Amino acid sequence: MKIEKLVMMANAIAAFFEAEPDREIAIDGVSSHLRRFWDPRMRRQLVESVDAGQCEGLNALVRAALSERREQIWPSATASG
Amino acid sequence: MYSIHENDPGTPIRISTKRVVVTVDGTTVNVPEGTSVMRAASLAGVNVPKLCATDQLEAFGSCRLCLVEIEGRRGYPASCTTLVEPGMKIRTQSPELAKLRRGVMELYISDHPLDCLTCAANGNCELQEMAGKVGLREVRYGYDGENHLNADKDTSNPYFSFDPSKCIVCSRCVRACEETQGTFALTVLGRGFDSKVAPGTTSFLESECVSCGACVQACPTATLMEKSLEDGGQPDHVVATTCAYCGVGCSFRAEMKGSEVVRMVPDKQGGANHGHSCVKGRFAWGYATHPDRITTPMIRASIDDPWREVSWDEAFAHTASELRRIQSKYGDGAIGAITSSRCTNEETYLVQKLVRAVFRNNNVDTCARVCHSPTGYGLKATLGESAGTQNFDSVDHADVMIVIGANPTDAHPVFASRMKKRLREGAQLIVVDPRRIDLVRQPHIQAAYHLQLRPGTNVAVINALAHVVVNEGLLNEPFVRARCEGEAFEKWRAFIAGEENSPETLEAVTGVPAAHVRAAARLYAKAGNGAIYYGLGVTEHSQGSTMVIGIANLAMACGHIGRPGVGVNPLRGQNNVQGSCDMGSFPHELPGYRHVSDPAVRALFEREWGVRVQPEPGLRIPNMFDAALDDSFKGLYVQGEDIAQSDPDTENVLAALRSMECVIVQDLFITETAKYAHVFLPGASFLEKDGTFTNAERRINRVRKVKPPLAGLADWEVTARLAAAMGVPMPYTHPSEIMDEIARLTPTFTGVSYEKLDRLGSIQWPCNDQAPEGTPVMHMQQFVRGKGKFAVTRYVPTTERANREFPLLLTTGRILTQYNVGAQTRRTANMIWHDEDVLEIHPHDAEQRGIREGERVEIRSRIGATVMRALLTERVQPGVVYTTFHHPESGANVVTTENSDWATNCPEYKVTAVQVRKSDSRSQWQREFDAVAVEQAGLLPRHGSDTAE
Ligand code: SF4
Ligand code: SF4
Ligand code: SF4
Ligand code: FES
Repeated sequence: MKIEKLVMMANAIAAFFEAEPDREIAIDGVSSHLRRFWDPRMRRQLVESVDAGQCEGLNALVRAALSERREQIWPSATASG
Repeated sequence: MYSIHENDPGTPIRISTKRVVVTVDGTTVNVPEGTSVMRAASLAGVNVPKLCATDQLEAFGSCRLCLVEIEGRRGYPASCTTLVEPGMKIRTQSPELAKLRRGVMELYISDHPLDCLTCAANGNCELQEMAGKVGLREVRYGYDGENHLNADKDTSNPYFSFDPSKCIVCSRCVRACEETQGTFALTVLGRGFDSKVAPGTTSFLESECVSCGACVQACPTATLMEKSLEDGGQPDHVVATTCAYCGVGCSFRAEMKGSEVVRMVPDKQGGANHGHSCVKGRFAWGYATHPDRITTPMIRASIDDPWREVSWDEAFAHTASELRRIQSKYGDGAIGAITSSRCTNEETYLVQKLVRAVFRNNNVDTCARVCHSPTGYGLKATLGESAGTQNFDSVDHADVMIVIGANPTDAHPVFASRMKKRLREGAQLIVVDPRRIDLVRQPHIQAAYHLQLRPGTNVAVINALAHVVVNEGLLNEPFVRARCEGEAFEKWRAFIAGEENSPETLEAVTGVPAAHVRAAARLYAKAGNGAIYYGLGVTEHSQGSTMVIGIANLAMACGHIGRPGVGVNPLRGQNNVQGSCDMGSFPHELPGYRHVSDPAVRALFEREWGVRVQPEPGLRIPNMFDAALDDSFKGLYVQGEDIAQSDPDTENVLAALRSMECVIVQDLFITETAKYAHVFLPGASFLEKDGTFTNAERRINRVRKVKPPLAGLADWEVTARLAAAMGVPMPYTHPSEIMDEIARLTPTFTGVSYEKLDRLGSIQWPCNDQAPEGTPVMHMQQFVRGKGKFAVTRYVPTTERANREFPLLLTTGRILTQYNVGAQTRRTANMIWHDEDVLEIHPHDAEQRGIREGERVEIRSRIGATVMRALLTERVQPGVVYTTFHHPESGANVVTTENSDWATNCPEYKVTAVQVRKSDSRSQWQREFDAVAVEQAGLLPRHGSDTAE
């Protein structure tokens, strides 16, 4: 999928959770949203693109979620796409 | 009048805990206080003759046929307008009464054509029946005095005629139009003998009439009569069923002659509609027998090939092998399905089961994705259940209503009539909408406030309303303390009280005067009962889910939840949006809104189905398109949806469809999507199958088969046969068995069965051991999630903004006479009211562009362009333009963008930055559309339909 679109969607999710004053809760919000609503192939692509340094414009909260809750967002064992 | 007899006790039911005992012709009867003598008599088994009274209308007392004698009273009171009093002794028969009644009938009959034998109402006419009942044998006045027998018949309405020569001026029609429908289109002109009923000074078609049929239903004679009845004659049997159009879910009686529908009459036992209807359900069912129906399965290798008609067996074998081929080549996750809100619960349940148990993935989604998915998310997060909180009857107890981003008089007409009735009784109305919807000002109705916000600023407005509640001491603190999570509430309170949420700060963003916001907030917060009704103007935004949460926050903050008269009420667009969501049509949820990651829930389904259920969410509709363009999604089964017309960014959708290897469309007609399909499986109309629909108030209504499926199979059978062809038998013999399975697996449906539905008429879920007969109002003692949860709803402007290149904001909606993509209503006489989509533009914006009424204009966004005619109107504010999407060639969605709700990917249909300019030709896209239409029509089998749209 187009990575720009995934970035746009992830940023929109972050825009909601950014309003949460507690950073840990905000990060949990983003990561669990991705986990609960995104098909694994979308999550995998986002994670891999970030690793490859391709996600220009990605919101800092999403970046934090991807690095601090990585196992939750992309559990290595669950590839089904 | 119903053709197949149904008792009419003459005046409406009264609810009271106080009872009154009276005797009627010696029989004792015990009735609620406020009951009429006529109704009491009927309950005692005595039907007093009547003409101007019917149980759907308040008594009027004009015909004087219903006179009775009451012991101890002088004269002969009218039984319809006289209320029972304790101990009353009523006589309905005596020589004096008989004489009086005959005298009344004589007068009526002397001015009535005596053509009973050839009259369409013959055998079903109250005048005829009453003449017989009162024993009329002669008419002393003769028939040659002054009369109305030559009055002209008005046949202008496509569905019913008006023959004033048969009118007895009982005014039932006038009252039905006022009381039931609330349109006030009819009047009694003149007085005494000269008085006559008319739709103002014009014809029905030209009048204010919205063709709801209430007057036709009320008329006791053949004056107002369905043309289908005039043509078809009186029916011989009746089947109770449910309208297949909007989310109101009106109950109907299909009056039948053999397997032909003679007419559809709203059922007064209907829990949602109580005997009322709108033009769509009442009259626009002719599409079901339209020659465009495809009734033989068809397949083709490529979308450029001609269709080949095949047997059902071949169609299933071919489809199954294609889907399995794709899976073996691209992986299990390369196929999926889309369920339809136009199909039954049982059908959508089966499609998601097919995906989960046979496709072995979770790639199932439903058209609610593009309408109410944010409702599911937002209400679940705050209240704990993805559904509206109230029943429709609740509106009778509302003191203040807020209507946000909904246009009930067009999209939910029967419920709108209920709202209007309550508003005429004195309830107050606040409308939040960029456009001046009809409800803002109607006969005898005026909204207290119309907050005419700029498109895309809903969250700013709801925050400003909540800010006023919090900062002006209007919070319902006891409710919040007792019923909501404290910590989350305090966080929300701190946020919402901030100056950035004040109406004054946000005025620049929303365009709504701060004073109006403050006044509206006070009105709602201080109301005894405040109810919020909302529609797609809330959900179809980049902050759709945030807005739903904001609405729930406001309702909780004011304590307007958990009893009749209040609540958060999403008005669902299509008949079974609620049901299709309930049935597990979302890629992350199994039936009953339970996440696929929950092992206990999966285990339940795995036991029942005997397969492993995948624990990860699947693709949502827009993700399916993206994945298709990315070559990881190659096969799609679409039941009853027309994604090529209804989904945003048409070019992108078409590109995705073109890139797939097997698109299977199951539908009534060659839809826009079917033009890009490889397999066409003929669908069955709602008249051809059994099942259930669940309306906006969670009411499960039965859909009953009145005739066999034209193509031989009902839709549920098609899905089951496809599953079997793919190696997983689904041996149901009747949809009731599918409902039994749903009940076994879904806690909110445990108590639902066809037997119970037949017994109770309808059931509002949750229906289980705690609520064996269903739940009209939810969250009464506590919220479904336990404590209500406030969430912070920061306003984030959409990225879709007006700028120099695209200075106007386009928003979309729907109108009364057409339905969704129009595949059904465009194939009915409803076309007389709306034969093309037009662009509403403010006269000021039009003038700046040199655009005159009716001229063709091009609407261009950053995505695409289309051309339609302009309608100059002040309904829209300057800077905003508006259109509908009922006709595919209008291409409204060629213009809409890929933007979507952050939580659910529900498209942002309601905000697109556009430029509008005069144009003298169709757009490039429209020319291509025309070419595809011609080309695809040429690929259809010769003897079949040659009129693909
Ligand atoms: S059809 Fe409905 S709107 Fe039209 S006149 Fe009759 S009651 Fe009124
Ligand atoms: S049209 Fe029918 S309902 Fe209306 S006044 Fe005449 S007879 Fe009565
Ligand atoms: S209001 Fe809706 S459900 Fe009722 S008749 Fe009209 S379209 Fe059908
Ligand atoms: S029915 Fe009572 S006055 Fe007409």
